Amino acid sequence: MAEVAINGVRKNYGDLEVIHGIDVSIEDGEFVVLVGPSGCGKSTLLRMIAGLEAITGGTIAIGDRVVNSVPPKDRDIAMVFQSYALYPHMTVEKNMAFSLRLKGVDPSVVAERVGTASEILGLQPYLKRYPRQLSGGQRQRVAMGRALVRDPQVFLFDEPLSNLDAKLRVQMRTEIKELHQRLKTTTVFVTHDQVEAMTMADRIVVMNDGNVEQIGSPLELYDAPQNTFVATFIGSPSMNLMEGAIRTGEEPAVEAGEMRLPLPKEAASLGEGRKVVYGIRPEHIELSDRGIEATVGVIEPTGSETMVFFRSAGHQIVSLFRERHDFRPGDTVHVRPRTDLVHVFDSETGRRLAFG
Amino acid sequence: MTPRPATNSFGRALASHAILIAYTVIALFPVLVIVVNSFKQRNAIFRSPLSLPNSETFSLVGYETVMAQGDFLHYFQNSLVVTVASLFFVLLFGAMAAFALSEYRFRGNSLMGLYLALGIMIPIRLGTVAILQLMVAGGLVNTLTALILVYTAQGLPLAVFILSEFMKQVSDDLKNAGRIDGLSEYTIFFRLVLPLVRPAMATVAVFTMIPIWNDLWFPLILAPAEETKTVTLGAQVFIGQFVTNWNAVLSALSLAILPVLVLYIIFSRQLIAGITAGAVK
Repeated sequence: MAEVAINGVRKNYGDLEVIHGIDVSIEDGEFVVLVGPSGCGKSTLLRMIAGLEAITGGTIAIGDRVVNSVPPKDRDIAMVFQSYALYPHMTVEKNMAFSLRLKGVDPSVVAERVGTASEILGLQPYLKRYPRQLSGGQRQRVAMGRALVRDPQVFLFDEPLSNLDAKLRVQMRTEIKELHQRLKTTTVFVTHDQVEAMTMADRIVVMNDGNVEQIGSPLELYDAPQNTFVATFIGSPSMNLMEGAIRTGEEPAVEAGEMRLPLPKEAASLGEGRKVVYGIRPEHIELSDRGIEATVGVIEPTGSETMVFFRSAGHQIVSLFRERHDFRPGDTVHVRPRTDLVHVFDSETGRRLAFG
Repeated sequence: MTPRPATNSFGRALASHAILIAYTVIALFPVLVIVVNSFKQRNAIFRSPLSLPNSETFSLVGYETVMAQGDFLHYFQNSLVVTVASLFFVLLFGAMAAFALSEYRFRGNSLMGLYLALGIMIPIRLGTVAILQLMVAGGLVNTLTALILVYTAQGLPLAVFILSEFMKQVSDDLKNAGRIDGLSEYTIFFRLVLPLVRPAMATVAVFTMIPIWNDLWFPLILAPAEETKTVTLGAQVFIGQFVTNWNAVLSALSLAILPVLVLYIIFSRQLIAGITAGAVK
């Protein structure tokens, strides 16, 4: 096991720079998820850690060894691919044993490790089958088994769950996390799905456009997003964001058009008239007698909670209620953001503004 | 109503089979005539070329002549050596070049591919004089090596063209998984990519093999000596300017079909596709 240190890593394709100097340090035994929209460079970064892409600038170290010019096979890593990449002409057993056999590991040791891995993953009944005779979930497990038998310092996962159906994805998510808790191997996991990131990660690296937007534990990112990108990317449904100007006074608020969005008292320190983006998570909006007048638009019940889209003064506000309400589209109600859970961002830079 | 489509598809199957059978008959007819007549007496061949041999007209005189005259076994051996060796080199070098073209990004990659594909359109026979000069200079006239070299060059363009298209379809993840598992580029080529493009290799093998086996041109020019004669060249012994020993010619040709048929059967077993199914989803 080892830590992974990524220092000022850049990647160019010709003149085009796709990754602009990234610093991430991953601790020994940590489960780190790289998340971001497609094209943000998360997969490229993972492939640079794996050694499948050359590093244009900066260094990547695994353990205390800089691996910039070390070929993939000598980096002591194992990777699970989105397409599984199983060797189609080999049985499950041979797929898992292949890399060890190539290294000339003693056959009895190989058999033992394959046995252990297939036991952990429940693959024993399928050892003699070929990949084409397996279901998606089983193939996924074989791909993990192949990584497992190598007992690497670092596991790399490249969107391994994207090809599975929704139910299986949730199940495999838990299995991977369980596996990590058992093995405690440093893991880097790439996904575009923020739910996957939130549920699995010890720490999340949110990437956008080849930059790191924020690094932190799932709840840190959720509770204190450093900018509007992270604020909208993490959490589903997304955080409500409304642009406006600060009004100080007895009851500080953000004035967005005709709407007055309440702020906590301390927010007055941000200064009268300052242009900001007001952010409030859907579940932090509650019904109240007085507050913002809003019209009920679309109602989406999921059973455990209900999503409601309100319209108010030309804005759309999404809110999430755990309790059931007897709304109908067209009803007029009053809603009120919980002022202690409001986020305020600078409207020009999109950065979080601290107050209080 | 479900029965209608059923009868419909039956009718369609019947029609397509009728066309295919008709084509097969047309294509096989000359071969059949050769084989049938090779078992007949000379005057029977001319009297009724389409009738089957009966007790009166049956004769193995052609085969006897072929076996007695000339060293036909040796000719067969030459043909086989040339065909198999050329095939081996075409497949090996063709697959290697195709792998490089499809796998590695380098300057002039697509230009190189185009240059290699050009060979498909320009017949190698146009360069016969230069090739002959080259072989004379290299002291390779009347050797099987000369033929193998020429046929390898002749077969490569098509092989590279077909194989590189197939190799592009082999998933990158698979090759990368191999790289992480510790495979060298050569092992990736031989143990991962080649098994996956086996159907394409078989196709290329069949396309390459037939023209080499049947070729008369280059053996005649580059290796006409007795010890390097191929079967097609050997059969010419029986075709004279004034008298042609048809029994012998037909027998020699019938025999020449056999080895190439065996090779074809070997490769056609590999033509079964679908090996890649299940590799990647």
